[in-house]
Amino acid sequence: MQSNSSMRTPLGRVRGLGSAKSGTGHFWLQRLTAVANVILTVIFVFVVVALVGKPYPAAMALLTQPCVAILMLLFILSACVHMRIGMQVIIEDYVHEEGVKILAVMANTFFAIAVGAASVYAVLKLSFGG
Amino acid sequence: MAEVKPAARPLSPHLQIYRWSWTMAMSVAHRVTGTGLYLGTVLIAAWLVAAASGPAAFDTAQWIAGSILGRLVLFLYSFSLMHHMVGGLRHFVWDMGKGYEPQTRMAMAKFTLVISTALTVLIWIVVLATR
Ligand code: HEM
Ligand code: HEM
Repeated sequence: MQSNSSMRTPLGRVRGLGSAKSGTGHFWLQRLTAVANVILTVIFVFVVVALVGKPYPAAMALLTQPCVAILMLLFILSACVHMRIGMQVIIEDYVHEEGVKILAVMANTFFAIAVGAASVYAVLKLSFGG
Repeated sequence: MAEVKPAARPLSPHLQIYRWSWTMAMSVAHRVTGTGLYLGTVLIAAWLVAAASGPAAFDTAQWIAGSILGRLVLFLYSFSLMHHMVGGLRHFVWDMGKGYEPQTRMAMAKFTLVISTALTVLIWIVVLATR
């Protein structure tokens, strides 16, 4: 047992510690996006299967239907948020050197944002008739 | 002000200590498929950007996707997606505080593999039948 000789409460001592710093928030967001991903993945698979083998005009006609485009955007955004947190957990499990860990977590965030931005840009450009 | 020193904690043994089991294999698979999906989003983004760049770039992307290597990657991606999705459903059961009994865990682990394989095969039957 530890003696509580410090002025700080047990809760105060652990706040902001741990590798994640904001673990419960991340845990919840990971679950929220996972639930969204189940629905959006099923839709995504149907869209991709429908696109297979289609020539350019037909494929684009499907992809730019407002409902399809919106659902693709939601899938991309939910997946990017989800995968960013998921990969951060993996980094925190395996990378223990503080400086390297911070760089890896940063690179992970940049990756998720870059992939998300490129995909969103492409879907919007197609939809708005670029 | 005296800070409380953390007590020395026991370290948990890592993977190689344990005999492989279904539950462990499916846990590792969830992490591996999650990582595969993560890397694969680059391909989804590249495909969408190709489509947005016009018919010529799109045809190139389609040609790559239709090649042997392209199809292999797509097959692995679809399996990873299905496996990770069904594995995620298993996590939802645990999050609700259920499914921790040994037999249940074992059954859910096997269920993950069987259902995700079945879904992947179904997707590819539809793909090959409709093109
Ligand atoms: C299809 C529906 C999906 C569901 C139900 C789902 C569910 C989950 C859950 C519950 C976790 C947390 C596992 C844990 O706490 O140990 C997780 C982790 C993860 N997910 Fe997903 N996910 C889905 C889709 C995706 C997609 C599309 C990607 C990537 C593009 C992805 C990437 C990841 C990664 C990288 C992790 C971290 C793995 C780990 O910590 O071991 N997931 N997923
Ligand atoms: C492909 C290679 C590897 C796989 C598939 C793997 C798989 C896993 C899995 C499934 C977990 C449990 C995490 C969870 O469910 O949340 C884990 C935890 C862990 N792994 Fe690995 N691992 C690999 C390589 C490594 C390496 C190379 C190291 C370090 C040298 C490592 C160190 C750890 C540590 C420290 C934990 C956390 C243990 C704990 O929380 O008690 N792993 N690994």
